[in-house]
Amino acid sequence: MKIAVLVKEVPDAAVEKRIDPASKRLDRSGEKNLNPFDTHAIEAAMQLREGGAVQVDEIVAVTMGPDSSKSALTKAVSLGADRSVQLTDDALAGSDVNATGYALAKVLESESPDLILLGQQSDDGECYAVGAVVADHLKMPSLTQVIKLDASGDTLTCERQAEYGYDTVKVTLPAVISVGDAINEPRYPSLKAIMGAKKKPLETKSAGDVGIEAGKVGEAGSKTEVLGLNPPPAKAGGELIADADDDIDGTVSKIVSWLDERKLI
Amino acid sequence: MAGILVYVLAKDGEFNKNSLGAISEAASVVGSIGGEAAAVVVGGDIADDKLATLGNYGATKVYKVDGPEGVAQPAVDAMAKVMNDNGIEIALFGGGLLGLEIGAGLTARLDAGVTMEVTGIKSEGGRIIVERPVLQDSQIVDVAFNGKAVIVGRLNAFEPKETGGSAAVEPVSVEFSEFSLKAELVTRGEQRGADVNIEDADILVAGGRGLGEADNFKLAEDLADSLGGAVAATRAVVDAGWYPYAAQIGQTGKTVAPKLYLAAGISGAIQHKVGMQASENIVAINKDPNAPIFEFSDLGVVGDLHKIVPKLTEAIKAKKGA
Ligand SMILES: Cc1cc2nc3c(=O)[nH]c(=O)nc-3n(C[C@H](O)[C@H](O)[C@H](O)COP(=O)(O)OP(=O)(O)OC[C@H]3O[C@@H](n4cnc5c(N)ncnc54)[C@H](O)[C@@H]3O)c2cc1C
Ligand SMILES: Nc1ncnc2c1ncn2[C@@H]1O[C@H](COP(=O)(O)O)[C@@H](O)[C@H]1O
Repeated sequence: MKIAVLVKEVPDAAVEKRIDPASKRLDRSGEKNLNPFDTHAIEAAMQLREGGAVQVDEIVAVTMGPDSSKSALTKAVSLGADRSVQLTDDALAGSDVNATGYALAKVLESESPDLILLGQQSDDGECYAVGAVVADHLKMPSLTQVIKLDASGDTLTCERQAEYGYDTVKVTLPAVISVGDAINEPRYPSLKAIMGAKKKPLETKSAGDVGIEAGKVGEAGSKTEVLGLNPPPAKAGGELIADADDDIDGTVSKIVSWLDERKLI
Repeated sequence: MAGILVYVLAKDGEFNKNSLGAISEAASVVGSIGGEAAAVVVGGDIADDKLATLGNYGATKVYKVDGPEGVAQPAVDAMAKVMNDNGIEIALFGGGLLGLEIGAGLTARLDAGVTMEVTGIKSEGGRIIVERPVLQDSQIVDVAFNGKAVIVGRLNAFEPKETGGSAAVEPVSVEFSEFSLKAELVTRGEQRGADVNIEDADILVAGGRGLGEADNFKLAEDLADSLGGAVAATRAVVDAGWYPYAAQIGQTGKTVAPKLYLAAGISGAIQHKVGMQASENIVAINKDPNAPIFEFSDLGVVGDLHKIVPKLTEAIKAKKGA
């Protein structure tokens, strides 16, 4: 089977994220990285390949993003993908969740994978939604937050935690599965894999190449509009013991008196 | 061309509290846009007189759909049909996981706009505007919709309000898409691990991934014993099998508001915060000064829990013995 893994370039975890008040979009300047949640999806694809229960012929990493997002693809390849596809076009800038899902569905149509894997959330957008949007456009079954994934023939047995406890769901391929971050411990890429990643095929496609209707993407095609930004209601700042480790006994007695003052002991 | 359709989640014939809150929220804003607050229940094992009780929270109509429960896509088919047939352009969900999945699928189906983690809904000039906290709650954005709207609330953002009243129940028959039936629930709501009671505790010591390994929950248990409290956990450690699901706090776990919530080795992700932010006193021990939990703790302790917690337990015991 062929697996496509959706990956996204996001601001590095160390960068303080902010919204640009003028454009009302996320400020994407600064250091960037592969969305850490997506490394679990790549690892899940690798484990299916290595597990031997099904034959995995190819793993393709797919992203939609600006030119710089190539480096997220290279990282995805260093983690195990065989090749990658970048959908990049000025017309796509400013796409909301629905427009992003539609555009990704179009590029995936041109790949026709049997299984599409995603991360549970993008570290910047935190929408938990792209998987289910893509699935509806592709008319495939889908499930999110999967933390155990077994494949047999054209059936996946998935486990995930929902509102009432753990659910087990059987899904027939082709399907779209978003994996939770508890599904696996992603491997570190070997030096050889890092060096080799740039040599693996990376295909760049424009919106027109995959038949995306211009009116359905970008800011114009988006159905949500950010009107404004507000700070959250002010909250009385808490107390902080900043270097607790320097004086453990002192720290402990501060905590004890704090609790005692509030009659919690 | 108006009204709001609320998805109501149910299990074993009982409605989810967050869904009831979403109905109350819909009822309170629908007046400004026109139309009615309607509810949709997909399942089949709930009697009409029980469905009619959704009127007590402000629904005037309940669409009942016979179909598979606990999976998202059949509910997308059902809601798309009800909305298209009745000219409803806004869908609303309480917090949770299925709401996110159904909401996302419905967004694609209706070519709508979607906003999740919504904490408030208002209207200006007959137009709905929602508030969504972003970037770890450091900013709140106001979002408007061009066309149809899918709104997914944050857990516990909408309180159920009982107003009295009864809703008209209308059966709807839905032809499910072929692909919607290709994800089949095998078992639902399995409780993993022991059945612990944390809801009645005045004091909770909660442990997260920072504990390092399952055995280290002993540290949290000893501290809880010394304080006369119980032990809670994050999803990360429950999924890892370190602690029972019944002790999990958050979006897909329990919501608590004890007198003291002492978090050890917990980052303070939004999905955890929503289940405990109403606690009276929040104490956090975390070695990362940038951990989000310090943004909403009353006493933050930046340090190594392995060094601090055992000594804290001893000190509390000594204090109590004195
Ligand atoms: C749809 C959805 C639903 C979810 N539902 C829930 C839910 O119900 N409940 C829930 O909790 N989560 C839920 N999550 C997951 C949530 O997003 C976080 O992943 C989870 O809460 C993180 O758990 P944690 O704080 O234990 O782990 P981490 O985020 O890994 O944090 C561990 C913390 O421990 C600190 N630490 C490490 N070592 C030490 C040490 N020696 N001393 C002190 N501190 C240390 C670290 O600095 C870090 O901040 C959900 C996510 C999604 C997407
Ligand atoms: N622009 C994008 N390109 C490729 N994949 C994406 C993109 N945006 C989101 N995803 C995928 O969708 C998942 C969920 O993202 P989100 O719905 O934004 O939280 C991510 O973990 C990625 O796997």
